Amino acid sequence: MLESVIVLGVAGSIAGAGLLIASKKFSMEKDPKVEKIVEILPSANCGGCGYPGCAALAEALVKGEALITACPVGGNVVAEKIANLLGIEFSSSVKKIAKVRCNGTKTNCEEKYIYDGPGDCNSITLLAGGIKKCTYGCVGGGSCVTACKFDAIHIGEGGIPIVDEEKCTACGMCVKACPRKLIEILPVDKHFVVTCRSMDKGADAKNFCKVACIACRLCEKNCPSDAITVENNLAYIHADKCTNCGKCEEVCPTKAINRF
Amino acid sequence: MQRYSFVGGIHPDYSKEKTSSKKIEILSYEVGEVLTIPISQHLGAPSKELVKKKDIVNVGQKIASAGGAVSSNLHSPFNGEIEGISLAPHPIMGNIPSIKLRITDLNNEYKKIETKEKFQDTVAEAGIVGLGGATFPTHIKLSPPKKVEYLIINGAECEPFLTCDHRLMVEYTEEIILGAILIKEKLNINNLIVGIEDNKPDAIKSFEALKGKYLFELQILHTKYPQGGEKQLIYSTIGRTVPEGKLPLDVGVIVHNVGTCKAIYEAFTFGKPLYERVVTVTGAVKEPKNILVKIGTPISKLIDYCGGTVGDVKKIIIGGPMMGFAATSLDTPVTKGTSGVIVLRDEDLYDGKKSNCIRCGRCIEACPMGLVPAIMEQFSIQEMYEKLIDWHVVNCIECGCCSYVCPSRRPLVGYFKTAKRQVINILRQRAQK
Repeated sequence: MLESVIVLGVAGSIAGAGLLIASKKFSMEKDPKVEKIVEILPSANCGGCGYPGCAALAEALVKGEALITACPVGGNVVAEKIANLLGIEFSSSVKKIAKVRCNGTKTNCEEKYIYDGPGDCNSITLLAGGIKKCTYGCVGGGSCVTACKFDAIHIGEGGIPIVDEEKCTACGMCVKACPRKLIEILPVDKHFVVTCRSMDKGADAKNFCKVACIACRLCEKNCPSDAITVENNLAYIHADKCTNCGKCEEVCPTKAINRF
Repeated sequence: MQRYSFVGGIHPDYSKEKTSSKKIEILSYEVGEVLTIPISQHLGAPSKELVKKKDIVNVGQKIASAGGAVSSNLHSPFNGEIEGISLAPHPIMGNIPSIKLRITDLNNEYKKIETKEKFQDTVAEAGIVGLGGATFPTHIKLSPPKKVEYLIINGAECEPFLTCDHRLMVEYTEEIILGAILIKEKLNINNLIVGIEDNKPDAIKSFEALKGKYLFELQILHTKYPQGGEKQLIYSTIGRTVPEGKLPLDVGVIVHNVGTCKAIYEAFTFGKPLYERVVTVTGAVKEPKNILVKIGTPISKLIDYCGGTVGDVKKIIIGGPMMGFAATSLDTPVTKGTSGVIVLRDEDLYDGKKSNCIRCGRCIEACPMGLVPAIMEQFSIQEMYEKLIDWHVVNCIECGCCSYVCPSRRPLVGYFKTAKRQVINILRQRAQK
């Protein structure tokens, strides 16, 4: 009885001493700020910032490698908290959301065939340039819906995705998932967007889809703030110059410019 | 060593008897008809058009030139006037800029192509691409960077329904052999093998008749799909395996389709550019036929020539039923890669009720490349493309055997087509880093 107590006791204290030395000698200095920032961050681990998870972003923030506005999910609230913690000055930025630049619903853009195969957008676009007549438009496979971790994007009645403004955090996962590059992260307060990505010539584009941009340049001419340019048969509204006047929506003959 | 066959594969209902004994007919045209010639009929960069609206062109005149290293020329199939260049449906890609040609007279005498010093340049000038269906520009295949030991002529035609190569082998045996010998001599290849499946006895007979006249080896292969796949054919005939990511050239082999050999012979000997091909029109049409068709003819004209459709047509496939694509419009033109037009009714199609994978393993048995489709499918659905690299999805030849045998009717090959492209993208990005 006594023997075993002594043996165990001695063995235990030797091991304990070893651990004590190791913990002192090999100790890593951890910045307490990292843990605090992790607590502030939304811990969705969505990867929207470009880092593998919230902990990695926190480390990068402390090291000064990432911008305090790097977390698209947290937005201004989180950015302000981080700024306070790190002692950096913070100026607020406008909330951004994902906007779908296609309005080719089933009624606007006809379907060419009955599709019966793997349901993701990448597969549908492989067959004869997609299910819709327009080869630039949304095929409605819902790859963006699968990619969204915040339940903010859904395929609407017309077969094209609709973004929930409240839930969208502008993490950009849907942008990466879309094989047609139809989704764009844009400031929420700029309401007018060209909902078309067709680079076909006017006549062809109109033939394929009722609401296609035909590059008539009416919007470009009528824009008072020179915010619209037409390139490759397609108009584009530059959000930094747009003043939300709505003139472009009025003049667009094909209703390719829409208010979000 | 000859093995006659390969591991895996399937035995579908061939349905070749409808057209296999019918002679190739020449499709007749009328003045004023409009042909639509897509500027991308081959693998690689689209061709660059050389004509503009209201230009007058002659038969055999070059109307588009190669738009890059991997590309091919296009030639006018008729004397006519260019109506313009606009978007038109394409069998595989969506809408492709196409040259619209209105026929002004039916004179058949073609303008000879310029013969170049190098054999490969002549082939390139004639715009010849692989006529088996993959449409890879032939002149690139004919410029091997190292010594080739075997030239294999692919006369397997393993796709069900199609008989265009079969009829070519019966009616143009000598032309095919002369084309093959031409390649053999120009590239200094020692062995010439013609591989034919044993369900084409008349084609085998016509080749055997020429055995005394020309030097070649005839190999009779088992009838099994996909015997005509390049890698399968190489294994069946000489017992060599093409490693992953490598070309047949790396094992000292080049494979050419019988139609390509005929086109090469005609281009080299008569200076004839490639502007027509044989198409099998079969399935639910009144009179299934093999027709010699000019490139750019809409498939509706082919179907009309065969007496129109029978019954309630559900689907029209361009190419073979295993690897072909469903047509999205009857105006889709015949391109250099169109080997067949197959009209299918509701009763010809499978029920299409997809259910869950029961893990029976039939797809694994059927895969001619030795892949595991059942597991690869799960990764594809989850979009775990990185993982799919380890499962060798790039080896998939998209033959469709797995989907054919699947009792749960899962669209396996569809998943792999997507996965393959994604994986290739990932590998390319890695290589850039």
